[in-house]
Amino acid sequence: MEQLIALIQANTAIAAGLMIGLGALGACIGMGVMGSKYLESMARQPELSPMLTGRMFLLVGLIDADFFISLAIAMFFAFANPLLTSALTHAAALPH
Amino acid sequence: MSAESGGENFTQYIQHHLTFWNAPEHASALASLHVDTLIMSCVLGSIFLFWFGWFARRATSGVPGKGQAFVELALEFIDGQVKDAWHGSRKFLGPLALTIFFWILFMNLMDVLPVDLIPAAAEATGAEHFRPVPTADVNMTFAMSLSVLILTLFYGMRAKGIGGYIKGAVSHPFVSKNIFMKVLLAPFNILMFTIEMVTQPVSLALRLFGNIFAGDLLFMLIAGLMTHFISLWYPIGIIGYVAWSFVELLIILIQAFIFMYLAVTYIAMAQQQH
Repeated sequence: MEQLIALIQANTAIAAGLMIGLGALGACIGMGVMGSKYLESMARQPELSPMLTGRMFLLVGLIDADFFISLAIAMFFAFANPLLTSALTHAAALPH
Repeated sequence: MSAESGGENFTQYIQHHLTFWNAPEHASALASLHVDTLIMSCVLGSIFLFWFGWFARRATSGVPGKGQAFVELALEFIDGQVKDAWHGSRKFLGPLALTIFFWILFMNLMDVLPVDLIPAAAEATGAEHFRPVPTADVNMTFAMSLSVLILTLFYGMRAKGIGGYIKGAVSHPFVSKNIFMKVLLAPFNILMFTIEMVTQPVSLALRLFGNIFAGDLLFMLIAGLMTHFISLWYPIGIIGYVAWSFVELLIILIQAFIFMYLAVTYIAMAQQQH
């Protein structure tokens, strides 16, 4: 039973790391591409910058959202793992 | 929370804060209500209505007070956003956008309050668990996004007629002039329409929920650090709480704005003639 619990913990840690890491990677690339295009287009047409700034913040939220969803799920699994809880309740119910 | 050996109690602290006030107790997930979500969302919605209604009823055309100026500013900002997305009548869309924006903003703002403030007050009056952020409940966000879906279908059908709306769903986005090709393409068009109608509310709801839930959870984790009173973690917890509050304020505003903007865009898109 200890082995099973250790297995769940180890796999959860790897999964949470992957979720946060890959999510951050994707969000950063997306944000970088969008930011560079935003600066480029603002340099080309400065009179459009108020409209572009609004659109940029809209896209910041859209790009951030997916990262935050994966961050939330990773944090949930890291600190309140339902799989681990069920394994622990089974272990507690076992006769010693 | 006393100073303890971390580990187990830290997890218990998080799990305590992740549990909803369920009524009736121990009922199955489908047969129970999250009372805390219902109470908080109704209270915050009423606050918005009374606040804006108060200033709308005593609006003067003379020199406006500070309260009226703020309400006018908010109204004009939202109205401008709706005007960009939809060029028709804003009799319904404008108030809808205003309500969505401020209701979600108020509900999200509960996130920035200290995580133990409202739960402790509620638990002192008898509630077992209390989660003060309604938008960190997936039921709340899905209820809102499904309402937007119903409005999308209703306004689409009202603008084009039921027959016209169904015809639009069957003959777009793959268009053909040939009658044989039309029949051949119809299943794919219906499939695309269905996918669109499913992904719109799901992405709308999960985006808001994921952001606010992640922010809420990070606040809980930082607050969990502060439960180790006499240790190095305590000042780090305070600094982290303040720092994350600033980031979270930005996220809260952007998410409320995005939900409003996309809801207006979806409803406007459904009404446009092809």
